[in-house]
Amino acid sequence: MKYEAVIGLEIHSELKTKTKIFCGCATTFGAEQNTHVCPVCLGLPGVLPVINKRVVEFAIRAGLALNCTINKFSKFDRKNYYYPDLPKNFQTSQYDLPIAEKGYVDIDVDGQKKRIRITRIHMEEDAGKLVHSGNTIKDSATSNVDYNRTGVPLIEIVSEPDMATPQEARVYMEKVKSILEYIDVSNCRMEEGNLRADLNVSLRPVGTTALGTKAEMKNINSFKAVEDALAYEIQRQQEVLEDGGHLVQETRTWDPDKGITLSMRTKEAAHDYRYMPEPDLVPIVTTDEEIAAYRKALPELPDARRQRLETEDGLSSYDAGIITGSRELAEYFDAAIVDGADAKLTANWMMGDLAKNLNAEGKTIQDSPVDAKRLGQMIMLISKGTISSKIAKKVFVEMWTSPDAPEKIVKDKGLVQITDTKAIEGIVDAVIAANPKPVADYKGGNTKAIGALVGQVMKQSKGKANPGVVNQLLKAKLDT
Amino acid sequence: MRLFDKPAHVLHDMLVNKEITATELTKDVIARIDEVEGDVMAYLTQTREAALAQAAAVDEKIAGGKVISFLEGIPGAVKDNICTKGIKTTCASKILENFVPPYDATVIEKINAAKPVILGKTNMDEFAMGGSTENSAYHLTHNPWNTDCVPGGSSGGSAAAVAAGTAIWAIGSDTGGSIRQPASFCGVVGMKPTYGRVSRYGLVAFASSLDQIGPLARDVTDCANILNIIAGHDAQDSTSIDASVPDYTKALVADIKGLKIGLPREYFVKGMDADVEKAVRTAVKQMESLGAEIVEISLPHTEYAISTYYLIAPAEAATNLERYDGVSYGERVDGADIVEMMTNTRSRKFGKEVKRRIMIGNYALSAGYYDAYYLKSLRVRTLIKQDFDKAFEKVDAIVAPTAPTPAFKIGEMVSDPLKMYLQDVCTVPLNLAGLPGISLPCGFSNKHMPIGLQIIGKPLGEETILRAAYTYEQSQGFYKEMAELGGKKA
Repeated sequence: MKYEAVIGLEIHSELKTKTKIFCGCATTFGAEQNTHVCPVCLGLPGVLPVINKRVVEFAIRAGLALNCTINKFSKFDRKNYYYPDLPKNFQTSQYDLPIAEKGYVDIDVDGQKKRIRITRIHMEEDAGKLVHSGNTIKDSATSNVDYNRTGVPLIEIVSEPDMATPQEARVYMEKVKSILEYIDVSNCRMEEGNLRADLNVSLRPVGTTALGTKAEMKNINSFKAVEDALAYEIQRQQEVLEDGGHLVQETRTWDPDKGITLSMRTKEAAHDYRYMPEPDLVPIVTTDEEIAAYRKALPELPDARRQRLETEDGLSSYDAGIITGSRELAEYFDAAIVDGADAKLTANWMMGDLAKNLNAEGKTIQDSPVDAKRLGQMIMLISKGTISSKIAKKVFVEMWTSPDAPEKIVKDKGLVQITDTKAIEGIVDAVIAANPKPVADYKGGNTKAIGALVGQVMKQSKGKANPGVVNQLLKAKLDT
Repeated sequence: MRLFDKPAHVLHDMLVNKEITATELTKDVIARIDEVEGDVMAYLTQTREAALAQAAAVDEKIAGGKVISFLEGIPGAVKDNICTKGIKTTCASKILENFVPPYDATVIEKINAAKPVILGKTNMDEFAMGGSTENSAYHLTHNPWNTDCVPGGSSGGSAAAVAAGTAIWAIGSDTGGSIRQPASFCGVVGMKPTYGRVSRYGLVAFASSLDQIGPLARDVTDCANILNIIAGHDAQDSTSIDASVPDYTKALVADIKGLKIGLPREYFVKGMDADVEKAVRTAVKQMESLGAEIVEISLPHTEYAISTYYLIAPAEAATNLERYDGVSYGERVDGADIVEMMTNTRSRKFGKEVKRRIMIGNYALSAGYYDAYYLKSLRVRTLIKQDFDKAFEKVDAIVAPTAPTPAFKIGEMVSDPLKMYLQDVCTVPLNLAGLPGISLPCGFSNKHMPIGLQIIGKPLGEETILRAAYTYEQSQGFYKEMAELGGKKA
């Protein structure tokens, strides 16, 4: 029997507010343990939460950017479970009236468009962090709690089970990340846990509609892990089913080192969260006017920007997709072409030498040694004919380690392209004289033989001769 | 001359007129504590040294010719479920036996700004769960009028201290009657303001949607003055009401001519003590003779109030009390692993009544039971509130007994929690509806135990009920009598 996978994601994203969701403590990552804490986020007796209005604003922006309906009446609930990193032993979250519902994201996998529906987006507080003396809570003599992260605001974006492959899940998550970055509500630094996903996956025979027994993998915090964990889990479930076995609904963990998933707990042991309305907070009421104002204030989103790059700048759909894949890349591109650099050439350089160099050094576009302005200037030098594309590669290498403007580098290193016919003519004559065989071949009808002669001239000019001029001169001399 | 038996407004005038000093006053109340605290046991923690320093500072201010505010230099006490920075706050529970809050409740900040003398923290039912203070994990508190009797609860320590003269005034909290019922049992005045009138920030939560802080005092005048200090919006409490605070002392006018007062037939319940009924009906007649118009009204859903309350309050309590797990503060009982540690801590450090309510609350919130219990009780709560809304279309205030009986004997009800819960029949509807209520003395039983009259107001109707209470109080002398405490009377 052939099986197909059914995948749904719950993406947790930390919001980049300056302060926590229910108190005034800073949200800064990486501070000394237990320094960003107060009675409220420590859950001391007697404290009360007060909603950070920015959190609601960010959640609404996310809702709108993900094409959701904003609930004009929304409320918080208590999700009760005991865990030592949760000071109140309940998480203040949203249950039946989340801030946003019924949205979607369009993804593009190998040129195929697909719509992934979003069930809901809700706001909640993050928990603290356990610091174990051993590897896990079970094999540790002592464990300490760092409450700095307690109360950092989160949104949880729950998708419908609309994805069928690990790749679709990855692309969906990348798209959500990109949208959250565009609207500036999350730093989305996955290595800091800003963005993480719970993956739900089940199999069913192709052609059927009923959902199979699902497994959930929690807190996956890299795109690679999303794809790998799902691929492994689909394979595992398929093997169980093909062997005539039965799957149990369970939570599994992904071990990235071993590349396998392991059972954590089964449904029988699942929590009853005993949700109840949070009596210490008043409901969140949002008016149509406020929603309209938030919508108006949204920046250009990835899909619109991609469209613009295709139609206005003439980029291919593929190139536009890559450039707009992240807000930083798209902003770099806009800044590079703003003074008139050729858009297509800029895109090629960004996806070529720039990306190669950044990858090699493990840098992101934000800390690129060659900023957008200088790349644009260099590209304009190519377009003007001041340097050839070949020379440009040398200039780019120089720019990587030098803060100088490309024009200065070209001048200082004497890399200006020679377009002066007279200067090139001497070299051309010498090359013709020194290479009788290719000359004879060319004259005998093998026009391709001219390539070797061009190469020689370029070599002798140290690459500075304008290849077009060289070609022209050679042809003029050999054809007579 | 002894001073402990005088209300705060009299003592305030004496301080202003330099007839006494705050130090003399404080020492006199401390002397009273030495005399009778062994019989009453109202306090869990005493802060005598700090109290005398506070008194000395006020005396210096008076000597310097500065004007002092109402509570300045007047000794009072605070219920032990209100967080006081640097002073142990136990909620009368073993689980917070050594808990010293690093912050002050908003109400404490406000009170401290008024520069009173704080004598200590008062006993209560553990986590405010109870109506007799017998659920304190530390010790009983005795009713000053008869030390074989309970002082009521859960603010039993606060009420007993005010009645015994071991505090001139006190702060309590009221979730289902916890200020009004002990005020009634101890013959003092106690007021539960409108839900949201006083900030809950720093009040250790029992049932968040019902809890409200309020004053206990010798008379209505003191009550109004203390309410002036503690009322008001607080940005740290999202449920506090953002409305300006009137000067409540302006309501202290002995005039209720034309005031329409409702008398709800459902509050004179079967099994009600005959002396209580007689005293309350006599008080109603008195109010009528003072010019009020008495209107018989019906609050038809009253009979469901107790069962509604005993689902909502435990449900909220169950989640509010989850934080006491031995992890980062409070007491810890070790175990082999984290689950066992939490289980041991909570099993051994919570008292029986607290555990009972946590069980009821979690049951009501469990999957499969939520709709039948919790959700249904929220709907009934709405009906109870609508009863009052309808009644207040016709009347300005409602009068009723505070409790169906005078103070009962210690141990009399501990084995019958249901009978104990029924004590709350006249008080819980106000908490469910968020309404203000005041209890003030209206007579004595044949065994000379105090009886309380409850006056209920509209939301933010504190001024109306203060005026009605003041008018009634001034027309008779019950409030002037203090407990004798085995001949240890002043």
